[in-house]
This record gives sequence, C-alpha cells and structure tokens, in this order.
Amino acid sequence: MAEGSVPAVWRRYPQRYRLVGSKCETCGEFFFPPRIICPNCRRKGKVVEYQFSGRGVVESYTVVHTPPADMEDQAPYVLAIVRLEEGPMLTAQIVDVDPREVKIGMPVRMVFRRISEDGEDGLINYGYKFAPL
Amino acid sequence: MRKVAVVGVGMTKFGERWEAGLKELTAEAGIRAIEDAGISGDEVEAVYVGNMSGGRFVGQEHIGALLADAMGLNPVPATRVEAACASGGLAFRQAYLAVASGEFDIVVAGGIEKMTDVLTGQATTTLGGAADQEWETFFGATFPSLYALIARRHMHEFGTTEEQLARVAVKNHYNGARNPFAQYQKEITLDQVLNSSPVAEPLKLLDCSPITDGAAAVVIASEDVAKKLTDTPVWVNASAQASDTLALHDRKSLTTLRATVEAGKKAFQKAGISPRDVDLAEVHDCFTIAEILAVEDLGFVKKGEGGKAVEDGMFDLNSDVSVNTSGGLKACGHPVGATGIKQVVEVTWQLRGEAGKRQVDKAEIGLTHNVGGSGATAVVHILSRYIDLRSRR
Amino acid sequence: MKSGIVGYGVYIPRFRIRAEEIARVWGKNPEAIKNGLGIREKSVPDVDEDSVTIAVEAARNAIKFAGIDPSKIGVVFIGSESPPYAVKPSATIIAEAIGATPDLMAADFEFACKAGTQAMLAVLGLVESGMVEYGLAIGSDTSQGRPGDALEYTAAAGGAAYIIGKEGVIAEIIDYYSFATDTPDFWRREGKEYPRHGARFTGEPAYFKHIISATRRLLEKTGIGLEDVDYFVFHQPNAKFPLRAAKKLGIPKEKVLPGLLNPVIGNTYSGATPLGLAAVLDIAEPGNLIVATSFGSGAGSDSMLIKVTDEIERKRGNTPKVVDYINRKKYLTYGEYVKHRKKLKFD
Repeated sequence: MAEGSVPAVWRRYPQRYRLVGSKCETCGEFFFPPRIICPNCRRKGKVVEYQFSGRGVVESYTVVHTPPADMEDQAPYVLAIVRLEEGPMLTAQIVDVDPREVKIGMPVRMVFRRISEDGEDGLINYGYKFAPL
Repeated sequence: MRKVAVVGVGMTKFGERWEAGLKELTAEAGIRAIEDAGISGDEVEAVYVGNMSGGRFVGQEHIGALLADAMGLNPVPATRVEAACASGGLAFRQAYLAVASGEFDIVVAGGIEKMTDVLTGQATTTLGGAADQEWETFFGATFPSLYALIARRHMHEFGTTEEQLARVAVKNHYNGARNPFAQYQKEITLDQVLNSSPVAEPLKLLDCSPITDGAAAVVIASEDVAKKLTDTPVWVNASAQASDTLALHDRKSLTTLRATVEAGKKAFQKAGISPRDVDLAEVHDCFTIAEILAVEDLGFVKKGEGGKAVEDGMFDLNSDVSVNTSGGLKACGHPVGATGIKQVVEVTWQLRGEAGKRQVDKAEIGLTHNVGGSGATAVVHILSRYIDLRSRR
Repeated sequence: MKSGIVGYGVYIPRFRIRAEEIARVWGKNPEAIKNGLGIREKSVPDVDEDSVTIAVEAARNAIKFAGIDPSKIGVVFIGSESPPYAVKPSATIIAEAIGATPDLMAADFEFACKAGTQAMLAVLGLVESGMVEYGLAIGSDTSQGRPGDALEYTAAAGGAAYIIGKEGVIAEIIDYYSFATDTPDFWRREGKEYPRHGARFTGEPAYFKHIISATRRLLEKTGIGLEDVDYFVFHQPNAKFPLRAAKKLGIPKEKVLPGLLNPVIGNTYSGATPLGLAAVLDIAEPGNLIVATSFGSGAGSDSMLIKVTDEIERKRGNTPKVVDYINRKKYLTYGEYVKHRKKLKFD
C-alpha cells in the first residue's frame, strides 16, 4: 500500500470497519478478506457477500515492542492471529487486556479502533481490533 | 538441461558499511568473484542480481544495470530479481536456469542490499513490505512479530522453549566468530540472548538478524567451460523454488513453511539424495525460530523436534549437519538481497575446503535455503563436489 | 404508537484517573477537590480511541438492543465537541462502520455538552414526520481540559447511542422543551486545543438558568407534576451542580442519583446526559416517567419527558449496561494519562 494513499485505504472500509467478507454457497467455505472466485469450486462456485460475526479465538499472539513508525504511541501492543468462528484467520491487535493475560484459545470479539494515522494532518485509519469476549 | 557449476565466489565484509554505497559494495563483491573465477570479465554473458528494496533503502531502482555498470560488465544483459529476503537465492536460480538452458555459458549472479542509510524505523517499515501490506502490516505486523507469532504457536504445539530458540543464536554466533566476513565475529552466551531486550515476545533482540550492508557474487558456468576454468568446480545438483500465501494467517498451519517443504522435497528428489546425506546447510535464520522451522521443514528432523535437536547440538559445527557455518543471517548479517548469494559463497568455500576456522570436515554436500517474507517464497539449492550425486562421480 | 427509543447502547473506555492523582501533580489538596467537585475519578480513552470509536461501540450496542437491520437506519446524527476531524463528518465513518450506508442522512452536531440530546431531538423530528423509519442519535466525546485547570479533573470520555423509531419502542419520548440563549460561559476557539470558561459565571446565568427553565417549562407544557416523575437526569459537569439544580426545583436527590455518573466517570460532555439517561433506563420499570435535561454551554438545554414501556423488558439483557462499563476499569498514573491524551509535544 502506498503510504498516505487515500483510495488504497478507502476501498477497504467495508472489510476493515465491519468485517464484510464472502462465502461460497456451493462448498460453504468463508473468505476473509473476501474472494470473488471460490478456489475450491472455481466456475461452479457461487460467491456471495457475508457479514462475519466478529467473534473468534486467539491462535497465536505476540507483544510488539518495536513498532513501525506510525504506531509508536501504541507500543507495546498485543498482535495476534485470530481465527474467526466461521473459519478464516486474520491478523489484528488485541486491546482492553493486560498482555500477560492473553492466551492461545482465548475467545475475543471485534472492536472498532484507530489503527494508525497519516501524520497529524492526514487521514485517520480506523478498523478492527479484538478484545476479550 | 545442462550441468552447471560455481566457478568463482566473492563477498564483501558484511556489517554497517558507512563508507560504502550500493556501487562500492557491488564492485567489491563482483570483482572478487570474477578474480576468484580466474576470468577477465569479458567472458561474462549475463548478470542476475537479487535486491529487495533499493528504492526504499536508498531511493535507487534499476539495480540490474547499476550492478553490471559497477562491475564493469557493460553491455551484458542485466536483470534484477526480487522476492523479498529470497531475492538472492532467486537470482542464483535464474542465473542457473539461464546457463542450464544453454542460453549462456558464463553468468554472474549477485545480491546486494544497502540498509543503513535509513533509520531503523524506516528499515522496519521497508522490510514490512515483504508481508501482506493490506492485511498484516496495516494492522501493526512487523517482521519480528510475524515470526514471533510462529514461535509462540510452535512453543504451544511442540513445547519448544525460549532457551532452545536462544541456543540457535549462540550456535550461529560461535560460527560467526570464525568468519572474517561476518558482521558479528563474537560469541555470545545463552544468558545474553535470554536477557536481551524484547522485540516481539517471545523473540528478543538477540533472536533477530541485524540490519546489514553487504553484497555477494558468484560466477557460474556450463560443464565444459567450468572444467576448463577450475579444478574445483562446485556443481549445482538441484535448484528448486516454491510459493505460499503472502499472509501468515492465510496458511493452514502456522508452524510449517509449506514453500520450504515443497522446495526442499523437489530439490532432494532432483539431486537424488536424502536430507541425511547433507554435510552442511546454510538455512534462512532471519530469526532463531526460522532456523528451527527450516531444519524441520527440510527434513533434517521431524516436525516439532527442531528445538530439541538444536539443544542437543545436532546442528553444531562438525556434528550431524553443520548448519549456518557462516554465522547465518543471525551473526554473519542479513543484507536481504545479498543473503541468498552469500549462502552459495559459504557453501562453495566449505566444499572447496577454504572455510578456515569454521571448516566442516569432509564437506561434500551442501544445501542453501533462502526464504522470502514469512515464508511466501522458498528457494533451495543443493551443491556438491560431484557432478552427479546419484553416481557420486 | 408514540415515537421513542427503540434501543440504546453505551460505551465508556476502561481507563480511569483518580482525582487525587491529578491533584498530587498540581500540588492541590485532593480532599478539597473531591469535596468541591464531588468527583472521585474520570474515564480516559485508550491511545487508539476517540469520539468516533466510542460512538461506533455505543451504536453497535444500540443496534443489538433494538434488534433492527442497520440498513433501515435513515439518519445518523452525532453530537460531539471533540470530533477527530475539524472538517469531515464523523457521522459517515460511524454509518459505514455499522453498515447503515449509503441510503441515509448523516451529519455532525456541535453544541458543547448538549449536542447529544440535540441530535436525539432532531432524529425524533424526522421519525415523527415520517421522513425516516429509524434514526440513530449519538452523544460521544473525549474532551480535554487544560492541564492544571479545574476542568482537568472532570473532562472525560464516553458516549451513548439511541435508535429512535415508531416500532418496538422501549421508552416513548412524550414531549420536549428546548431553551437557548447567547450566554458565553465556556468556549474553545477554532484551532485551539483547550477551552476557556467563565469560572463562576458558568453557574447561575448558564447551567442553572437553562437547566431549570427547560425542566420547568417542559413540566408546565405537559401538565406533569414533579412528584409524578420517577427519575430526573441532569447534565453533570461535576457532581454538585445536578444535585443543586434538583434542590432548587424541589426534587429529592434519590430521583437524581441513579442517573448521576459524574463521581465515577467524570463529565462525558455530549455523552453525559445520554449516558445518565441510559443508566436510568438500565434499571427503570415499565410505566416509569423520566425527565432528562441536558445543558450545553453557549448556552442551551433540551429537556425530554420519557415514559418507559413494557417492551423494555423483552429487549433487555443482550448488551452491556452502564454499570458494566463503570466496573470495568484500570487506573492510570498522571504520566500514563498524559501519554493517553497525547499531551506531550514532540516538536
């Protein structure tokens, strides 16, 4: 993603703001981020938009002490791979928790937070993070 | 396909090379490789160069022509190859394919990265470009954090310990201390690793490869030409490459790099050997956990047993398989685009018996393993003193 | 069926700072502060929270409570004096995040601490007129006081969201009275980080005059007696003013305390009256009458007469209550608070 690009962040709002993905009605597999073509069924697949519930479990986690430049004010933060209850996994921060309390298998739910901002006068990027259920 | 051999190698001292820019580093490594091959340079027919991000690190693109120019090789065709940290390994593979196909007889494969012109935060951001920008980096993933996620899961599934991870760093610094080209030529203790500051838990500073300037180059040749040029050709017995999802979270398993498994399998099959035949391996230890994944995914040990095997000394210098005799990415340094070529340089020195204090006894078969990103690209090469490993001639 | 509240939701960040911690840094007597303002602690947002993220969390709770399809929301109005952008609506971010775009009206309201109730009344009007089926009104703020100023003890973060419609009403909004004059008791100029205020001028001519006038006139207009009302919610810049207003009106403090959150979370500005009302709705029984009167500096008050319906008991239970958020807390030192509120200047 080009830094400071407006269209690059704008086109992902539905996914990042509220976890809109997709689902293949032929084989039943869920996709996040959404796919247009089902890799299992290809031409026989019927892919439709799907609103994920936002609930999941922590598959793995880390505490980041050396963040990228635009996230320095948030460090140290917990970063995790979360498996959504529908199946797909994603990478997101875990908030509202003491890092020592995060465990693999911990149930979490999506929350809406600031992810980063493009300097003091650029766009504020919002999106999903997860918090203990 | 024709047989291909490495006939000349060279590299710069790896480290913080404040005085040297892209061109100086390139020239230093290239000239050493050409001299080592005993050629003038006029014989070179093509150049392939691995470079991850000249554009982000020094604002320079068009690295292929730059390298050819800096090495005085104009007007040969020059091509830049990019696969993040696997750029060097991939450049070597492209050069190999170009010679094996019959298009060229003598080709230079190089790798270069100049990383210290930018501040650490910018370097971290640039390296983050090897991950999925939209779905990993955007949400706060850094390279150490992606490998930390793998490490935490590996610890959870297999009982791997932070001490076992640290043991990889101790071993590789032991080797690096014996390599005059290494960035860190000093041994470290287990306690030093365990007490170093956290980067992305459970990974600490001394679990991570450093930010490094450096270049490496090799000259490769077809069978007839190689035999004319040298008495000690190092033959490329297998070259294999595989890909996987860019994002770690899209993989079925967080603790197996499928691209490494696939490239490794293919390489062993092509060479006609099994992992236990390998004497030494330069594997991609960008973080300590990455070496544990590599020795498992390449088949040196079963999945989940890498940590224990490292602890038991299975990969120490002159043990079952000598892993990362150069010091690896950890101690030798990791100028990302150069690493894959440096691995070939190290294996070549070892197979020729020129590795000095870190020489592996009776080194006959070596392997290089170069990974891009968190495992989206893997390149594996098998090299040996034998033109055909099946017949051992 | 009268229009009214179909669902409501709240959000309060989990961080707190105690009044004595702030007093300690500025060399003030903590007991004097606590007695003077009646505040024990206030809520503080996390580094990645702002009035929009608070609004979205509250709105999601409200939609869940209401049990409606967000695409049926025809208007999103947010009232806030701490929008993340000086120019660019917060309402569109919220609408996108809750899945209400694109067929809707959206706008941001600003009227110091009463923008939240003003948004509620504006949405109510659109619902009553039949222009929209459902509307979402939110009051949300992450307000700041100048370091060392009396406002620093109270300026807090939180918000509440209300879905207003005609179907499935849990509390009818029976009537309202709005009262506004040009009374400059508190302001913040464009481009300035912190507000200024008129100190004691914020009391009689501002807060008390507007709160009392709006409340009295609402009761006169509706013919409802003070004794008929079960709960009163007043804007709460501190814990003392609402109780003094109640006394002046002749209301027993027992009817005010359930909606008085200031001692434990501080002044959430545009969120304050909506949050106080939510705390009352959390415990109210069908048939209860509630009067909620906001106050916004500058100055004005909106007073609403609300009647709880049977529907509230069918819809309750799926979303966190105000008390759940109040009890979920982690204390910050003043140093951590300074980092959270981005008060450090790096250039």
